[in-house]
Amino acid sequence: MKYVDEYRDGRLARSLASSIARIADPGRSYHFMEFCGGHTHAISRYGIEDLLPANVRMIHGPGCPVCVLPVGRIDAAIALAERPEVTLCTYGDLMRVPGSHGTSLLRAKAAGADIRMVYSTLDAIGIAEAEPERQVVFFAIGFETTTPPTALAIRLAAQKKLSNFSVFCNHVLTPSAIQNILESPDVRTLGTVRIDGFIGPAHVSTVIGTEPYNFFAEEFAKPVVVSGFEPLDVMQAILMLIAQVNDGRHEVENQYVRAVTPGGNARAKAEVAEIFELRKSFEWRGLGVVPYSGLRLKETYAAFDAERRFGIDYVPARDNPACECGAILRGVKKPVDCKLFGTVCTPETPMGSCMVSAEGACAAHWTYGRFRDHARRKAS
Amino acid sequence: MSPKAYRRRLDIKNGRVDLSHGSGGRAMAQLIADVFHEALDNEWLRQGNDQAAFDVGAGRMVMTTDGYVISPLFFPGGNIGSLAVHGTINDVAMAGARPLYLSASFIIEEGFAFADLKRIADSMGEAARAAGVPVVTGDTKVVERGKADGVFISTTGIGVVPVGLNLSAEKACPGDRVIVSGTLGDHGVAVMSKRQNLTFDTAIVSDSAALHELVATMVTAAGSGLRVMRDPTRGGLAATLNELAQQSKVGFRIDEDALPVKPEVAAACELLGLDPLYVANEGKLVAIVAPEAADAMLAAMRAHPLGRDAAVVGEVVADDHRFVQMTTAFGGGRIVDWLSGEQLPRIC
Repeated sequence: MKYVDEYRDGRLARSLASSIARIADPGRSYHFMEFCGGHTHAISRYGIEDLLPANVRMIHGPGCPVCVLPVGRIDAAIALAERPEVTLCTYGDLMRVPGSHGTSLLRAKAAGADIRMVYSTLDAIGIAEAEPERQVVFFAIGFETTTPPTALAIRLAAQKKLSNFSVFCNHVLTPSAIQNILESPDVRTLGTVRIDGFIGPAHVSTVIGTEPYNFFAEEFAKPVVVSGFEPLDVMQAILMLIAQVNDGRHEVENQYVRAVTPGGNARAKAEVAEIFELRKSFEWRGLGVVPYSGLRLKETYAAFDAERRFGIDYVPARDNPACECGAILRGVKKPVDCKLFGTVCTPETPMGSCMVSAEGACAAHWTYGRFRDHARRKAS
Repeated sequence: MSPKAYRRRLDIKNGRVDLSHGSGGRAMAQLIADVFHEALDNEWLRQGNDQAAFDVGAGRMVMTTDGYVISPLFFPGGNIGSLAVHGTINDVAMAGARPLYLSASFIIEEGFAFADLKRIADSMGEAARAAGVPVVTGDTKVVERGKADGVFISTTGIGVVPVGLNLSAEKACPGDRVIVSGTLGDHGVAVMSKRQNLTFDTAIVSDSAALHELVATMVTAAGSGLRVMRDPTRGGLAATLNELAQQSKVGFRIDEDALPVKPEVAAACELLGLDPLYVANEGKLVAIVAPEAADAMLAAMRAHPLGRDAAVVGEVVADDHRFVQMTTAFGGGRIVDWLSGEQLPRIC
């Protein structure tokens, strides 16, 4: 497949692997956090861990949109879907995310709620137009990548004067989350999590550009390399990060030059700024309440805001107390450190959100990499 | 009424199935005669009995049944009718058997267009004739609108296994080779390209085909070296290998570079965030064969039109954890696990 296979070339991977092995200082270790679930998926799917020296460790960050959505928000979506007049449109990954008390959108659908999987925000607009008697709510989640399509749908709904379409907005911001991790006691004072640098987001950066990361590189003295989602991108980004650490540099570098510019996508940013505004705070699974980290609809577009239309009061809900998703999302623990991992919590019966999405750290490790745990146990 | 009496033919072009077509009266008899008997015609159906009677030869009989509830009903390269013939013939053939007869049961939703039903029955008849496996008995039911999705078809097949052949899922041994008969994922992608909300342009057609003749050449070539065969339908190659790993108490090691996947299928999967290993096939099989018989069998398969792209994709290994492991084209290792839920496109 042209323009894809080139980025998955095994021969180039081996050559990058030997470059990494050559420059990695055997006298120290390297801990890099890949922020995005897309990178986590690529690392697990292509077995990148097997190509890295033992002293280079990847920490899976919180950049999986499904994983950071708190249980309370899933509960609110289920409650919305259970209203007889509502048709809830959602991306497929959210269907199996567990809410409180063993609920999920999938179970609510089986029990009769009108929940439909869509592939695009425009599909939801189409449903609203085709079924004017239904209140169609789009369950919007995701980082800066999925926000512009939601903005577009809202603008389109306003143009078409669609009175039966609204958005349950859960869009969140990447820079706020990275800052939260870097300011957390685990990283800053306790030193429980050592992070020597970040692999910066791919698709998010196509929208926001590389400039928003300059602050972290300077303030926290951590190198950031923005990287594409293909496995060779990730390998090259790791090589660039090791070089920065070795040189004592902490700069923002762009590996993903074929798609990312310093300023990002001006049109997409303008579209988002037109429709959305910052919330004072938003709850993240794993990170807790993070100030100025989420978006909501501006007053001008209040008519399309499902929270206002249906009077949704957010009620925080507790995770399963044994679930370590929170610590895993912050990089404090690994999936195998969780008692539930692979016992009661598997992709068939997920207890926490990290086991649901293919991009979640637990699901990626379970699905692609758990053979290494057995090999390690055998070796020790 | 004499058989020669005037009878208005069904309005195939504009008519629709209604509840009277399932009520056991004249309307039902007419539907069966004009649509099903005409499309599937053979000596057993012509006898008009509630069952088909036939002689059985020597050897072990195999029997299988399968329900077809697909959406959409028509897809590039086939429809639910041809699929219901091919799928059941293949399940019989995977035992190494020669398929003999099929039965078919139709559950039709009130309001279903005669024209669509005829297209389905015709393609069923065509598939059965091409395979040389007649549909010898059947049943028709009509349910109220909303109680079914257009039409559901169940087919049962019986066949006979050559004397001395005994294929079974627990027979894979470490060292055996894993052979697939051709490109993976064609059927799933062809069907998905026509699903609601997901329509995309592609030249990919379903691989739906009856595999019993290919199987016959394999049995001749490999003899007792052939351990087990299975057609990787729902859940794709990944599900089939995981099932066999459990049943034979072994592991598999496959090589991503060796997997035959058409570039168009790979591209569609890439676009949708799917993995061809998990996408359904309807005209492919996986065979586990002893290493000494692998070359001869592969050559025999490649000489058959339905096995032209056959390839050795991996081997059976001893593994207490029953893992299906894959060396990725990138050079790393990963598990090819069971599918969890439905394969869903990723968000970003």
